[in-house]
Amino acid sequence: MSDHNEQHHIVPVPVYIAVFLTLIAMTWVTAWVSTVDLGHLNIFVALSIAIFKASIVILFFMHVKYGTRLTKMIVLAGIYWLILLLFIVMADLWTRTWMGVPGR
Amino acid sequence: MASQIVQHEHSSTLKHHFASDAQQLDAATIGMWLFLVTEIMFFGGLFLAYFAYRQAYPAAFASASNKTNLWLGAANTTVLICSSLTMALAVHAASLGKRTLLVLFLILTLLLGGAFLGVKAYEYHDKWVHHEIPGAHFECEGCEDAGHAPLFFSLYFGMTGLHATHMLVGFVLLVIIIVQAARGKFTAKWYTPVEMFGLYWHFVDIVWIFLFPLLYLIDRSHTGLK
Amino acid sequence: MITAPPPEKTTPNYLNHQHGLKSWLLTGDHKRIGILYLISVTMFFALGGLFAALIRLELTTPAGDLLESNQYNKVFTMHGVLMVFFFLIPSIPATLGNFLIPMMIGAKDLAFPKINLLSWYIYVLGGIFTLYVLLTGGIDTGWTFYTPFSTSYSNGYVIAAGLGIFINGFSSILTGLNFIVTIHRMRAPGLTWFRLPLFVWAHYATAAIMILGTPVVAVTLFLVVLERGFHIGFFDPAYGGDPVLFQHLFWFYSHPAVYIMVLPSMGVVSEVISTFSSKKPFGYTFIAFSSVAIAVFGFLVWGHHLFVAGQSIYAGLVFSVLSYIVAIPSAVKVFNWAATMYKGQVRLETPMLYSLGFIGLFTIGGLTGLFLASFGMNVHLTDTYFVVAHFHYTMVGGALLGYLSGIHFWWPKIFGRMYSQVWSKVSAALVFVGFNLTFFPQFLLGYMGMPRRYHVYPPEFQVFNVLSSAGASVLALGLLLPAIYLTWSLKYGEVASANPWGATGLEWQTSSPPIAENFEVTPVVTTEAYDYSTQQEVVHVG
Repeated sequence: MSDHNEQHHIVPVPVYIAVFLTLIAMTWVTAWVSTVDLGHLNIFVALSIAIFKASIVILFFMHVKYGTRLTKMIVLAGIYWLILLLFIVMADLWTRTWMGVPGR
Repeated sequence: MASQIVQHEHSSTLKHHFASDAQQLDAATIGMWLFLVTEIMFFGGLFLAYFAYRQAYPAAFASASNKTNLWLGAANTTVLICSSLTMALAVHAASLGKRTLLVLFLILTLLLGGAFLGVKAYEYHDKWVHHEIPGAHFECEGCEDAGHAPLFFSLYFGMTGLHATHMLVGFVLLVIIIVQAARGKFTAKWYTPVEMFGLYWHFVDIVWIFLFPLLYLIDRSHTGLK
Repeated sequence: MITAPPPEKTTPNYLNHQHGLKSWLLTGDHKRIGILYLISVTMFFALGGLFAALIRLELTTPAGDLLESNQYNKVFTMHGVLMVFFFLIPSIPATLGNFLIPMMIGAKDLAFPKINLLSWYIYVLGGIFTLYVLLTGGIDTGWTFYTPFSTSYSNGYVIAAGLGIFINGFSSILTGLNFIVTIHRMRAPGLTWFRLPLFVWAHYATAAIMILGTPVVAVTLFLVVLERGFHIGFFDPAYGGDPVLFQHLFWFYSHPAVYIMVLPSMGVVSEVISTFSSKKPFGYTFIAFSSVAIAVFGFLVWGHHLFVAGQSIYAGLVFSVLSYIVAIPSAVKVFNWAATMYKGQVRLETPMLYSLGFIGLFTIGGLTGLFLASFGMNVHLTDTYFVVAHFHYTMVGGALLGYLSGIHFWWPKIFGRMYSQVWSKVSAALVFVGFNLTFFPQFLLGYMGMPRRYHVYPPEFQVFNVLSSAGASVLALGLLLPAIYLTWSLKYGEVASANPWGATGLEWQTSSPPIAENFEVTPVVTTEAYDYSTQQEVVHVG
């Protein structure tokens, strides 16, 4: 069984501070970018920043980087299934108009 | 490992069906993450509705989104990120057995969470005053495709409302944990409830990290950082 | 014949470990919680069965003479809601799964005993909401709650029903959560993944579906409740909403849900076929991985419920192909079960009869699913009795028979008593004959064009409907008998030994009924699974 130290890996405070400052900075970046007209890229940039922020919260604040392989797999499974739900249903919505219906 | 009744020093926090503290903590962590996965899928349904309708009515969503106050949203996001930091520092203090620091950081987390909810309440009130709550008296002043604007606001209230409900539940749990911490229930060897609550709190923060750009930042190029 | 008092009254076991109502209602013992669930799911099954009886009675004649259309809508809705959410989903996992999984892996309990008990209370609470709906007039939306009817036009108690199912969903989630953590982290020393009983593999896959899928139906019903309460417009075209979005969200869970219902049964069948052939399962690894494959692929096919709903043609094509693929792992199981029996010492005890019935009937159900998965055929068959027959073959012929097989297999372990072999075999025969007579004609009715959810039909369909209703009465009798002889066995049945069937598995190496802590000493596993070489000559019971 894993020993006490491995279970309770203590993340140094400077790491927390660095993550915190990054999160704050990226919040202001995402707010600023939304005022620049990038057309269809806007949502892509906004989501990319959000995904990056979420990742560092998961890895460092939630200790997943130092966790067991099983924890990492569970997190990835959750993210993957969310993407499945979103992507496949959106694919239906995006392709609704691809094929015409005779008579319409 | 030979077949025997497992001999271990029976720490008072070890439940009888577990073989060791490490196994118990690992089980709790995995259990909590599985619960968070259900939360991902739960919020996921709302995110799906959001993407579906934003794709269908982009103009309505953009002008409705501009009705939200970007500064309040950004400030609130900052407040929540701060509360995540204080929560992480609370867990850190617990792991070192520093009781006073633990209680301090937990209280700070509570206060920051309270500030977030306070701002949200103000925003909701503001929406009420401007008739932006979907229903009989709904108006979206100056909105393009205003007929579909209620869908945006329904999602706004639905998603932030669900998020706020999660924060309220977190509030109640946090108060309980603060009381337990103040009474010295947690030691450097065992502080599992603090850790598990930390995971929940960070998750609620992550949901907001997505809600902020999706609800507040749709096409601000016309309005700028207003 | 033993003249001394029955051993299970004198030797300590989990049943006499503590006495009194509080010791049951506040228990943390997974075995007692399994029994609490057994009692409650049986009650809901009986209630759902009553509604089925009403349906079949009404459909004996072409005219709507027993029920009006509105009443009929309520009857089939309640039948569906009770059977799907309050019987099938929890049936095996919450009763047999709860009881057996810790024992099969050599653990003292599940990882979170209090959460286990909480899951039962949540189940009961959800049930109370649903009973309230029933008593105050019912709902008529179908168990599928399609919008905008359910949100804007139905006159029933949709909000209460939605809340009842929402609450019940958490029971499922907590059960699944407990199983995954337990199976990962509490296996006895030496019990590697590939030494696990296939019943455990099946429940692991089931638990993954519970965790990943249930929250989606929860949020969907939550949105229906909000929409009905506040007229929000998520799913109502009048406000710009999309009813098909509801269907996507609903079926994202409800299709994998059918695998929650059938995978545990498949786990039971693997155990029973192996035991009553005295042979280890052929292709153990294939069967194990096929459970995981069904869980994973099961999440990719839900669009086959939306072929004619307005979904894009391209999405339909992709879902059709995926629906064919998802049949493959199930077929893998059927082939492996057959190969297990080949050259085995097959004994036709009651659990084996039910499992054999499962294999035949589930195969028919599965194959007819492929008819429906074909986009072109689906246009003709959708919303007809063909669909009704298909899902009853898989859910009743499959899932329910697996449940009955499991109950009869582990009954001696759970209660320390054997039941009447004669009556149990008669019941199994009645169930099999009654079931086929009820549902086979429905394939023909559907193909001929009889729509589902209608209380009236053209006279030319009457012959098959009468056959179906006749079959239903035989089926009802076959299902009623176990309630009698199993209950009777609790007091008068022959006392069971630790391993009356000559099965392998850790649960058979402890007493019947087991002691409260399951094992005196935590077992250490040194052999592969299903090792029949160490079995003594089987003590034939009966």
